[in-house]
Amino acid sequence: MNSTEISPIVDPPGGVGEDHRMKTKIQIRNLDVHYGDKQALADVALDIRANEVTALIGPSGCGKSTFLRCLNRMNDVVPGCEVAGVVRLDGADIYDPNLDVVKLRARVGMVFQKPNPFPKSIFENVAYGPRIHGLARNREELDDLVRQSLKKAGLLEEVENRLEEPGTSLSGGQQQRLCIARAIAVSPEVILMDEPCSALDPIATARVEQLIDELREQFTIVIVTHSMQQAARVSQQTAFFHLGVLIEEGETEKIFTNPSNQRTQDYITGRFG
Amino acid sequence: MTNPEKPLEMQPDERLARRYRSERIFRACGLIAIGFALSALVVLFGTTLFQASGVLTQPYLELDIAFDPAEFDPLGDGSEQSLAAGNYAKPLRKAIRSLLPEVKGRREKRSLNRLLSAGAEYDLRAFVAAHPDVIGTEQVFSVPLSEIAGLYLSGEVRADVVEADRRISNRQIAWLDALVAQGRIEEKWNTRFLTDGDSREPELAGVQGAIRGSILTLLVTFVLSFPVGLAAAIYLEEFAAQNRFTDLVEVNINNLAAVPSIVFGLLGLSVFLNVFGMPRSAPVVGGLVLALMTLPTIIIAGRAALSAVPPSIREAALGVGASPTQAVLHHVVPQALPGILTGTIIGMSRALGETAPLLMVGMVAFIVDLPTEPTDPSTVLPVQIYLWSEAPERGFVEKAAAAIVVLLGFLIAMNAGAVWVRRRFETRS
Repeated sequence: MNSTEISPIVDPPGGVGEDHRMKTKIQIRNLDVHYGDKQALADVALDIRANEVTALIGPSGCGKSTFLRCLNRMNDVVPGCEVAGVVRLDGADIYDPNLDVVKLRARVGMVFQKPNPFPKSIFENVAYGPRIHGLARNREELDDLVRQSLKKAGLLEEVENRLEEPGTSLSGGQQQRLCIARAIAVSPEVILMDEPCSALDPIATARVEQLIDELREQFTIVIVTHSMQQAARVSQQTAFFHLGVLIEEGETEKIFTNPSNQRTQDYITGRFG
Repeated sequence: MTNPEKPLEMQPDERLARRYRSERIFRACGLIAIGFALSALVVLFGTTLFQASGVLTQPYLELDIAFDPAEFDPLGDGSEQSLAAGNYAKPLRKAIRSLLPEVKGRREKRSLNRLLSAGAEYDLRAFVAAHPDVIGTEQVFSVPLSEIAGLYLSGEVRADVVEADRRISNRQIAWLDALVAQGRIEEKWNTRFLTDGDSREPELAGVQGAIRGSILTLLVTFVLSFPVGLAAAIYLEEFAAQNRFTDLVEVNINNLAAVPSIVFGLLGLSVFLNVFGMPRSAPVVGGLVLALMTLPTIIIAGRAALSAVPPSIREAALGVGASPTQAVLHHVVPQALPGILTGTIIGMSRALGETAPLLMVGMVAFIVDLPTEPTDPSTVLPVQIYLWSEAPERGFVEKAAAAIVVLLGFLIAMNAGAVWVRRRFETRS
């Protein structure tokens, strides 16, 4: 860890800057990740801006999912995974040994590649997070919170009358939106999405993409995707990874129209990957 | 294919026919195997049920008993002590002699008395204790016949066998035939078999003591092995670090599951009985031994069920901020529960059928009293079967068969319970 390289944080945690859209939400410096002897990420430095969608692209095995899972310490549960470097959420190091991982994951929610609702009712799926974090004082509040979350995830209309049915009975696209509602329900600040549309058909994908755009107002979103079009459609910032190295990052428009690196150019034009 | 060139030479439809033929042969093999297994099962159940059917009824002799106050109430006050001091054998002997007045002489009379079960006296005593008002009247009272009489009446011992080769004499056979002719003998449903404890007399022996012993033992086994096994399985599967120590633990658990059960019995004898001085023949010790034997089965089944839960469920729970313990207890364990319970019930039914380790801790003793607590001396169903099948009296053969039916009934009920539990939990999720 070399703290001298870290730029000073302008905004105090929780404070509001001049232009809150340009505020850095997560700051990553010197990030190295090893799985046993294998290095998965080398010296990654990236700023993720608040209330924007940052897309992570790159060929399979380039380390973008690993990077994503570093942001809420999901890699902690992977045996043999070692993370070195600095990841700061609102200026506070999330790898601080004194930090409570449970609280971190409440602030940084996650949506996975395959829809993974709990084998419980739709209501229970969304209510589980608020319940373990004590976000609702009584049944009415919980009810309200669940409905609001489902509404934000654009699912409420479809499931309003069958909240007691199992979450697994929904279609794939509905399940993924249920998972998004579940993530939203604990009011996170950041939502990490690991290829959220890879198991969905084009219509469900369009629905989820539209949702991501709406959620940007309230949350900071980091999304891993294999689809160039999706990255171009939903994100404001794009980071291109290759072989565990962050090759290029910047405004999505610039990356897709005028990349400065030859490998980025080759990848987005489909010459490899 | 054994000859790779031949199929190529054949016409396509010829090859197709060959493929269908091999498929038919394969199916036929499967059907034959299933048929063999089923017929073995039918033979097993059939012979056992046939042998056990003799237990259903028992011959009773109707006697006209004069409840003479001088015999039944020697103190004359009708109190409990007075009734307990009464002579119950004499009125019975008198009553049977009155039916066959031709029997004379000491030896003949004694021979006649042997047709009555030793339990007749106790039945009469219990009847008088329950109905003291019968004293002074004359009543018809049915008493059980002895084993030798029962075997002759059920046709298992025939009169054409040489007299020296059977335990019932020609005279006794003649008396029985006379009693049948008088219409004094009736077959009654044998409830005694299910309500009484063991006895030296086959016609009095019951399986209730063994059933209670088995239930008490299994309760102890379940209470000890299920929580410990579940906790061990959860810890090893979900929380333990992957290192040489956990590998060692895992190998040892797998080894323990393969240890012959009698070794656990020897352990129980040397540790629980000799070191800790726990009571001999007690279900609590048997349960402890069986719990040790069942533990590895529960741990292995539990770990298999836990590892079958998709990792995405754990990630989902962790992703919304559940702690690892919450993720496991709220989501992984409920998902794995049907598998864990199935494994547990399989382990318990193995424990129910276990004999060898219980012999080591003294549960093989002859115990007449019905156990009510885990520390009471008792025996269990499989040991009871073993004891009866070893007994020289012929009447115990059908008792052993009937006890096997009871044991099989318990096993089938437990396995049906396992299926029910699994269905219930699967439809709920």
